[in-house]
Amino acid sequence: MSLRLSTGGRFTDRSREIRFSFDGTTLTGHPGDTLASALLANDRLLVGRSFKYHRPRGIVASGAEEPNALVGLGQGPRFEPNQRATTTELFDGLVAESQNRWPSLDRDIGAVNVALSRFLPAGFYYKTFLWPRAFWKHVYEPVIRRAAGLGRAPHPESRDADSYEHFHVFTDVLVIGGGVAGLMAAKSAAATGAEVLLIEQSPHWGGRAPVDGGTIEGEAPEAWVHRTLAELDALPNLRRVARLMGAGVHDHGYVLGYERLTDHAPGQPGPRHRLWRIRARQIVTATGAIERPLSFAGNDLPGVMLASAMRDYVVNYGVAPGQRTVIVTNNDDGYRTALALHRAGLDVPAILDARPMGGGALAAEAREAGLRIEPGRAVAKVLGGKRVTGVATCLAEGTGAVLEEIACDAVAMAGGWSPVVHLWSHCGGKLTWDAAGAFFRPDPARPATGADGAAMVHAAGAANGELHLSTLLQDAATAGKNAAAACGFTAADISVPQGEDTPEAPLDPIWIMPRKATPDLRMKAFLDYQNDVKLSDVQLAAREGYESVEHAKRYTTLGMATDQGKLSNINGLAVLSDTLGQAIPQVGTTTFRPPYTPISMGAIAGEARGEIFQPLRRTPLHSWHEANGADWEPVGQWRRPYCYRRTGEDRHAAVAREVTAARTSLGLLDASTLGKIVVKGPDAGRFLDMLYTNMMSTLPVGKCRYGLMCSENGFLIDDGVVARLAEDTWLCHTTTGGADRIHAHMEDWLQCEWWDWQVYTANVTEEFAQIAVVGPKARALLEKLGGMDVSREALPFMTWAEGTLGGFPVRVFRISFSGELSYEVALPANLGRAFWDRLLKEGAQWQPTHYGTEALHVLRAEKGFIMIGDETDGTVIPQDLGLGWAISKKKADYLGKRAQERSFMASPERWQLVGLETLDGSVLPTGALALAPGKNANGQRNTQGRVTSSYRSPTLGRGIAMGLVRHGPDRMGEELVFTTEDYDAADEAATTVKARIVSPVFYDPEGKKNDV
Amino acid sequence: MSDGPFPALPLQGARFEGAVLVEELAPGGQVSIRGDLADTTFAEAVTAQAGCAMPGIWQISGTPERGLLWMSPDELLLLLPRAEAAEAARALQARLDAAAVHALVLDVSDARARFRLTGPHLREVMARLTPADMAPGAFPVGHLRRTRLAQVAAAVVHVAEGDMQVLCFRSVADYTFRLLSGAAAPGAELAYF
Amino acid sequence: MLILTCPCCGLQAAEIELAPGGEAHLRREGPGAPDAALENYLFNRDNPRGLVLERWRHAYGCGKWFLAARDSVTMEVYGTYRAQTSAPPPQIIDRIRQRHPDWGQGAS
Repeated sequence: MSLRLSTGGRFTDRSREIRFSFDGTTLTGHPGDTLASALLANDRLLVGRSFKYHRPRGIVASGAEEPNALVGLGQGPRFEPNQRATTTELFDGLVAESQNRWPSLDRDIGAVNVALSRFLPAGFYYKTFLWPRAFWKHVYEPVIRRAAGLGRAPHPESRDADSYEHFHVFTDVLVIGGGVAGLMAAKSAAATGAEVLLIEQSPHWGGRAPVDGGTIEGEAPEAWVHRTLAELDALPNLRRVARLMGAGVHDHGYVLGYERLTDHAPGQPGPRHRLWRIRARQIVTATGAIERPLSFAGNDLPGVMLASAMRDYVVNYGVAPGQRTVIVTNNDDGYRTALALHRAGLDVPAILDARPMGGGALAAEAREAGLRIEPGRAVAKVLGGKRVTGVATCLAEGTGAVLEEIACDAVAMAGGWSPVVHLWSHCGGKLTWDAAGAFFRPDPARPATGADGAAMVHAAGAANGELHLSTLLQDAATAGKNAAAACGFTAADISVPQGEDTPEAPLDPIWIMPRKATPDLRMKAFLDYQNDVKLSDVQLAAREGYESVEHAKRYTTLGMATDQGKLSNINGLAVLSDTLGQAIPQVGTTTFRPPYTPISMGAIAGEARGEIFQPLRRTPLHSWHEANGADWEPVGQWRRPYCYRRTGEDRHAAVAREVTAARTSLGLLDASTLGKIVVKGPDAGRFLDMLYTNMMSTLPVGKCRYGLMCSENGFLIDDGVVARLAEDTWLCHTTTGGADRIHAHMEDWLQCEWWDWQVYTANVTEEFAQIAVVGPKARALLEKLGGMDVSREALPFMTWAEGTLGGFPVRVFRISFSGELSYEVALPANLGRAFWDRLLKEGAQWQPTHYGTEALHVLRAEKGFIMIGDETDGTVIPQDLGLGWAISKKKADYLGKRAQERSFMASPERWQLVGLETLDGSVLPTGALALAPGKNANGQRNTQGRVTSSYRSPTLGRGIAMGLVRHGPDRMGEELVFTTEDYDAADEAATTVKARIVSPVFYDPEGKKNDV
Repeated sequence: MSDGPFPALPLQGARFEGAVLVEELAPGGQVSIRGDLADTTFAEAVTAQAGCAMPGIWQISGTPERGLLWMSPDELLLLLPRAEAAEAARALQARLDAAAVHALVLDVSDARARFRLTGPHLREVMARLTPADMAPGAFPVGHLRRTRLAQVAAAVVHVAEGDMQVLCFRSVADYTFRLLSGAAAPGAELAYF
Repeated sequence: MLILTCPCCGLQAAEIELAPGGEAHLRREGPGAPDAALENYLFNRDNPRGLVLERWRHAYGCGKWFLAARDSVTMEVYGTYRAQTSAPPPQIIDRIRQRHPDWGQGAS
């Protein structure tokens, strides 16, 4: 059993006890524990079930690489699945639950999959669930979805109770990793005067060295760490932050850091996580190394653990994962664990050293301590069900014939170390195979490069393949110095301390244990614990032709779980290369992608949630609309009132009322969102003639003209009224969504094509509130306000004037998008609300009706006015819309003119704008298609037109629509058959509707109403 | 014009007291000036109108109450009391037109919202929202930076240590105020710079 | 995420302060242009693996368009320069040629 030792624990405060719960049972631990160490201290070996076979799983590791011990943490709005127990700091009141088991961890029904495992090999899902096709949606997918997945998602209605933030920071040198190499690199870089930021993912500085032993300048590594931290803290140009993980290295020195501020202390004020968006000129990755498991049968049973993790638990937390531990190793490092356990008073019945000649000095030390060492031996299989009860040993070079069974309650596996090369590799750093260590290490000749084309990332210490104190300090000092030098800081020479550790005998990689293991053993030897990928799966993939490592990965799912193969990748790769008969470097690695470990969605979102998930643009009248019952409609980032419902009204009734008011009396519309761009200069007229399809340079001062803008492709992109303000100044109105886009479009052509033209533009959209005063009583209202002449004579249709109304400074445009007598009044935005209030007050006798965007649409559709985005979709040219009159025939050139001469653009077969009236008066669905006889080459029904806008017209008391129809304008009076929303080709009679082609101008075709 | 219309601030003078103080200021008068900044006739007219020198690149000349902001290689923003803005814009445009200097001068006093932030660790508050470098060496007092705050464009004006102003478009005043308040929330103090 | 120096205002701008504008140095084809020339102008883009000359706008800063010479694989930036030109300036061409010796001499 696992238990708390009577002494020890570098990180734990034994004087205090804290309580936490796991699957509803209250347990105790100490401050400084991780959830993993506390579970082990309570003999909780079984912590989860595996993904595919639901096999019982225990804690394997002690850090970020942990594949098994994933738990659901927290409750209610703070519940989060898939949290690693090994990196979860324990706090009083922590609540955790195990995952992937039902009904309980001990009795799990899904475990039947273990018995079926012979029938669930790699690629099983791809091979099995193909037929019959209909079963996929209704049988296979629901069943698989229930069975698969890690953990459960938080309740869809729950909202994360915590807050998150981003933080942008620039530095010369970023050192990722706070072990001895990171400290050394930071110290060396900072000595040059460079700004240094040093970050460490855990709460502790010093990394593995204090556990692994050796000396630095004759003293224990921990003493050197403390002294160095004090030195670093005295430097003004160095900052260090713990609990901040380097998550990803991106182009041009952009590094994402993931800081966990209150995970260990919930309820503290401030954000839970902070996403650091770091811009580093140079990056040092001192990210250490991760020990590899060994691939033997039963290597996933609870109680089998990485040897290094086992000594971490003993030394750092004073916790023994077992009382009787068999060590199995292929290198000298396994002996460190044997000695650490022995020193802690724990039993080590045997050390199985797969190397025929055994180990070096550490082995000798173990032998001196009286430990039994078996060279050339391996684990044939682990004995036990939900926990280890013993191991069966065999010859390392054999097939697995059992030599001896040794009773034990834990197995420590030491398969050698792999440098953590993730951050080195994220941005393109390449690797080289180190045959002696049997690992990939950064290739200094092929680093990730930055904006200047030179090296941007430097690996240091164990992350660089320098696993021993005797060499890693110098390596790290050099990395720090080089990084600073690359930023232009002259390297000051600092003395590099001498590190010493016990020399080690060579490692002997053994990727399959025993080397000639029989198939039944290979089917129980796990490579990827989290995704349940076994030795046999990778071998099967290789046999089935998945020879590329990237293909084999996806076929077997090796390394695709949340741990991203931190333990499994090298072992899986070695097995693949072994099966293929190729050298490991030829097979290569899969791609390392950020983030290093999963980071929270909250941290990614930062402040962008709730009310500020995205910007909502508000007009100067927004709060009035809000207080007066507006049903909002998003238009780009703006919110515009769709309609204003009165008590008892539905949307249809409200829109009908609003339309009728504007037609018969007085309507008011907030038109502030319309884009307004001032264009001025000696060449402004010439410029606008290029921008618009029609002639703007000839527009007299004081007048307005409707204009169209096309892209160079010839397609219509925006429309609006242009007013000439002065001899060299125009004001261009754009659509609501178009202001920024069209302003950018103008600047693009001015800056990049016609840069010698003298034109300035200014986007003044936000400066003005704009209110449309619409209807037969519009003039009466403005005259009542007084201050300027708004008569037909003084201010005729399509003119503008400046003056005051009711004391407000205004610019009034006699333009109409409704077909009624209409004035659009623009005034400084901060006066907009007061003016609106005045209009409502002074207009009371005519019952002024504020109307929304839907009434605006109905009003314009009754008049046959097009709307960008309804009648246009990026494939429509003005000629399609009967707007040929707005295309100047006199101009030699305008944007889109050449494209509109292409044969397809000039074709008479293009669908053209018409009005549509259903025979029964109903409203056509927008987007409905007009059917045509026959089928096309794909067997689909032919069509001859589509509905672009469709409304119920309260003025006409029936449905009206606009649409694009082949030869439309030549087919007036013809009847077409349109699809309805539930169109069914088998029952066209009941699912289509007939409509007649008519003029798109349904109301006041002579235009008498607006010209009064 | 005692009974004349009274301009309303975009957020009616919103205020948030957190780790730093966030206040909505009256936008004051703002006049956008586009022209050739190197042209001496242009510069003379502008500086005479503004009462201060031409600003250096990304710098402030004068004060936030009466001064010039460098907004772009061919654009300045003249800050002055609101009551003077309309007339100043008219006069400056007229003077430049008369001198045949190609320029565009517009009163844009109502186009933007204006916030003042004062208090300790202000650089850290802003660094939560902008990708621009807020370190002392990169963003000294007397400079401004146009950048983005989360998802909207803004100008950050460094008036004095611990005293900045943020200009954003009027329509996103509410969004920006919530952003700034969130970044200035108490309990999230961070002392980095 | 790129960081590019805006040659118009001198700021080092993060990619999220910039708006991309596609290939640089396109020649506009207007009325009278043959179909093939128009097709090239409107639709045909190089999209090379390697050196790209591209348009960027300092949209969240000074608002100016500028051009950048960059490697689409290594992200090395050979330089940024003003948009009002039909070719990169000599010192940027020199830097490009250090990596792409044949560039501008028939092959890219």
